[in-house]
Amino acid sequence: MTPFERVSGIVAPLDRLNVDTDQIIPKQFLKSVKRTGFGDNLFDAWRFADEGAIGKTPNERRLNADFVLNQPRFQDARILLARRNFGCGSSREHAVWALLEFGFRCVIAPSFADIFLANCFKNGLLPIVLDEEIIDRLFEMVSANSGFQIAVDLPAQEIRMPDGAGFEFVIDPFKKRTLVEGLDDIDLTLDHREEIVAFEAKHRQRMPWVFIN
Amino acid sequence: MSAQTLYDKIWDAHAVGTRADGQTMLYIDLQLLHEVTSPQAFAGLSLSGRSLWRVAANLATPDHNVPTDNRELGLDGIEDAVAKEQVVTLDRNCRRYGITQFDILDVRQGIVHVVGPEQGATQPGMTVVCGDSHTSTHGAFAALAQGIGTSDVEHVMATQCLVQSKARNMRVQVDGKLTDGVYAKDLILAIIGAIGTAGATGHTIEYMGSGVSALSMEARMTLCNMSIEGGARAGLVAVDTTTLEYLHGRPLAPHGELWDQAHDYWITLHSETEAEFDLEFQIDAATLIPQVTWGTSPELVTSIDLATPNPDRASDQAQAQSLQLALDYMGLVADQPMTEIALDKIFIGSCTNARIEDLRAAASVVKGRKVAKRIKQALVVPGSGLVKAQAEAEGLADVFLAAGFEWRAAGCSMCLAMNPDRLQPQERCASTSNRNFEGRQGHGGRTHLVSPVMAAAAAVQGYFVDVRSML
Repeated sequence: MTPFERVSGIVAPLDRLNVDTDQIIPKQFLKSVKRTGFGDNLFDAWRFADEGAIGKTPNERRLNADFVLNQPRFQDARILLARRNFGCGSSREHAVWALLEFGFRCVIAPSFADIFLANCFKNGLLPIVLDEEIIDRLFEMVSANSGFQIAVDLPAQEIRMPDGAGFEFVIDPFKKRTLVEGLDDIDLTLDHREEIVAFEAKHRQRMPWVFIN
Repeated sequence: MSAQTLYDKIWDAHAVGTRADGQTMLYIDLQLLHEVTSPQAFAGLSLSGRSLWRVAANLATPDHNVPTDNRELGLDGIEDAVAKEQVVTLDRNCRRYGITQFDILDVRQGIVHVVGPEQGATQPGMTVVCGDSHTSTHGAFAALAQGIGTSDVEHVMATQCLVQSKARNMRVQVDGKLTDGVYAKDLILAIIGAIGTAGATGHTIEYMGSGVSALSMEARMTLCNMSIEGGARAGLVAVDTTTLEYLHGRPLAPHGELWDQAHDYWITLHSETEAEFDLEFQIDAATLIPQVTWGTSPELVTSIDLATPNPDRASDQAQAQSLQLALDYMGLVADQPMTEIALDKIFIGSCTNARIEDLRAAASVVKGRKVAKRIKQALVVPGSGLVKAQAEAEGLADVFLAAGFEWRAAGCSMCLAMNPDRLQPQERCASTSNRNFEGRQGHGGRTHLVSPVMAAAAAVQGYFVDVRSML
């Protein structure tokens, strides 16, 4: 995984509650055996006015000009500002792959759904949880200032505003380390291979019926 | 040690140890695989030169995008080339690694969350994972069953462990018994309506109480299935005689002495009386009436005798905006009675409601009646090939066909419309599935979640009706 340290850039506001992973990447675009090729269909039903199909590029589509990510001021946004329970619903990791491929490196919201959150950390997409009040203020600032940018510093756990003011955010120290060092998650577990082998032997004795098939 | 919950017990029995990053490595007993979320995991495993930790812990079947007609053609019946590639890739991966698969032509093929329990692969006290959020279904057996992303599917393949921090405990206490015409689907929809789609985030739910004990295993699966719609990765029901009777004699369940040994352990799988929960919710099943979702999130649900909400009465601005967006997408207005909503399509199927009891219940409403003229299509998609065969043997298929329903082969079908079964823009569907998200059943489609009998009643009347008036 690519190490994550800092990201700065335009903040795109997605002012909806309970954005589910079916919206982030609709199921008709999950038909791939690869981890790539999902960015073009991020928020497909909201970004486009026509119905998409696999293989059709955004240039061949009719854009929904009203949708936030199609507005000129939010082009090249790298940080997504969202509302409560972002990423609920389906476990599809494709949602995280699509956000990353589209260009987002960070999502800020008052809360995330559990499986989506786990998927973020596996792929180097930084999810930041902030108080609802701060999120409200960020939405106001984004709305009032065209080209509003912030800088996110993961090692320092700090978000810096355009006027230089900054505030801290909280993140699980171990998950932070995994992101900052870009550690291979499977290797981290396989470092405990002996322990797993020993557990498995004990488990097999205790619950042999689990191992009969 | 303080009194343990059921979740605490299963967690402790599978905690291998703590990783350098402070998270727990949880040993996984069973991983279920399907064609959509596994190919990248297999590819990752192969690329990194790692092997599958324990082959026999995996069980596969294609379900998400298999067509539900022309099944006798097998792979040749899949017209969508990309969908076919996923199914072929699953075949290839299972052969390569020696994983048991119920393939597209196998009578045991079906929705992975129907197949696991049906075969007895899902057992009490197990840890179960699958790259699908409705893995929570298996919690009905007191198995800790969680949906995971594809990176974690690969992680479990390579290490037999899921790495996570322990969730908190939530108790959902269900007192009283459901009345005639009211089902586990209505119960779970009412629970989600009350706690919200994030109400159980960070928690493992245990459903308890006389209202749960009275439920069949299939009804408990419906209940646990939609735990994720309340934000919980896992839902649990303690082991009782209903659990044991269901499991006994299933092909992959233990037999003979091993059964006795397992049995002695399984009956310990319940929360201790003094166990404390971090969060509690209580509901009276006896007073519930059939539920219908009206919006684009499972929490946007109401009783059949009520109406859509009015955003003007919402608690705050964000909520008002959210309700209005949902009404607009659904083509409904504020304060619209549910019984005035007319339908275009009917879908009876999915991992929530496509088991034999669901089909029996729906057929009992349909019997001797016809699908209303305004209904363009009414589909019944059994949860597995075996459910289909049983329904045919019991004459249920004939009941549905005589009424004008289409009788299909097993798969996820129009629950998520990855296969050719789907809604056209603005079409309105009464569906026994689990998600009414925008576009879930097809681009621009409008989904109302209901129980199988409510879907059957809607098929006959052409609009929503309280099924209790038809019993």
